[in-house]
Amino acid sequence: MKHELPKLPYELDALAPVISKQTLEIHYGKHHQAYVNNLNNLIVGTKFENANLETIIQESDGGIFNNAAQIWNHTFYFNTFSPKPQVEPSGKLAEMIIKDFGSLSEFKEKFNKAAATLFGSGWAWLAMDSNGHLDIKQESNAGNPLKNNLKPLITCDVWEHAYYIDYQNRRPDYIQTFWNVLDWKVVEGRL
Amino acid sequence: MKTKTIILLNLLLGLFTLKANSQTPTTFTFPALPYSYDALEQFIDKTTMEFHYDKHFRTYYNNFIKAADANNLNGKSMEEIFTNVSKYPIQVRNFGGGYFNHAMFWEVMSPNGGGMPEGKLLQAIIESFSSYENFVKEFEKAATTLFGSGWAWLAVDDSGKLFIAQLPNQDNPLMDIAPKHGVPILALDVWEHAYYLRYQNKRADYVTNFWKVINWVKVAENYKKTLK
Ligand SMILES: [Fe+2]
Ligand SMILES: [Fe+2]
Repeated sequence: MKHELPKLPYELDALAPVISKQTLEIHYGKHHQAYVNNLNNLIVGTKFENANLETIIQESDGGIFNNAAQIWNHTFYFNTFSPKPQVEPSGKLAEMIIKDFGSLSEFKEKFNKAAATLFGSGWAWLAMDSNGHLDIKQESNAGNPLKNNLKPLITCDVWEHAYYIDYQNRRPDYIQTFWNVLDWKVVEGRL
Repeated sequence: MKTKTIILLNLLLGLFTLKANSQTPTTFTFPALPYSYDALEQFIDKTTMEFHYDKHFRTYYNNFIKAADANNLNGKSMEEIFTNVSKYPIQVRNFGGGYFNHAMFWEVMSPNGGGMPEGKLLQAIIESFSSYENFVKEFEKAATTLFGSGWAWLAVDDSGKLFIAQLPNQDNPLMDIAPKHGVPILALDVWEHAYYLRYQNKRADYVTNFWKVINWVKVAENYKKTLK
């Protein structure tokens, strides 16, 4: 199965100034595309040749896992954003956040801390276990909570390439503004 | 006369403040950049050097000083610390590595660098990698294929042989957690912050340009220190 780069659900300049056009051009157009190309090359002649991304993520390791998970993570990350986002969680998700974190601001604070303190490259996640319990996870490099049978709801890419053009060393500023383009409607749809 | 008294008073006051906080002055220094920010333009731009040295490096240093105070590391050598790094909290590994690795990185580059290694070092490279060209190829491969953040290293193993290492984040070959122990003599930072403003996703171009600024005299010095 040939993997394809999924289309972005908005224009490249739609998230500026939170995420600039230049960052999206490179992040989506170069990095995300490279993971797709790499995976297509790596799976030729392996048992993953006809597998879907989720199966590859669950069953592979090394370069195949890294590239497959990076495709999945980036698609999930880019799809969370909208130029006209729903700015707060509602309904069931809002209730779950209050139950597990106390309040939306306490949740954000905890998530921001996880994203800011992750050492090196990786992803901060909000994920749900099979009992409907929410938790925040730090994953290095291509790490993904699917591997631990958790359901991902939100992710923040904290590889430096995600923010270096716009924020340089100020990762906390990127994480703060990240919420301004995060569409809670999309997140609710993932429950 | 009056000025002298004031200076003396200030000195005494300073000593008092130190004592009151019961802090030992740190034995770890923040090294000056041995060239100007724009001196390595063939390899890296001025803006990147400013952020890299003045923000990233300084933050690693400041955080390491805190970790050093908290773990009574003052007076110890970095080699000694790294030999036992797994016994300390993770901050010592991450920030101590960030401090030491960058300090070494600045030193092994020079605006008058480039060219080729000579003498004993060149001989050792040929012995360990069969040719200089092959060494370049293997080092570039280590630097370009490292997934995520980290460093490419040229190091001397316990039998005196050279080897290339690819280590994640701020780890280095002196650390007890490294898969193979060695004394590093050349370092290349491949965290994205090291090259993103100039090269973006094109890490391979950054790695290729590194050869233009390597201070082989310094690398040879580092190598010589390992010969005993
Ligand atoms: Fe990314
Ligand atoms: Fe660095």
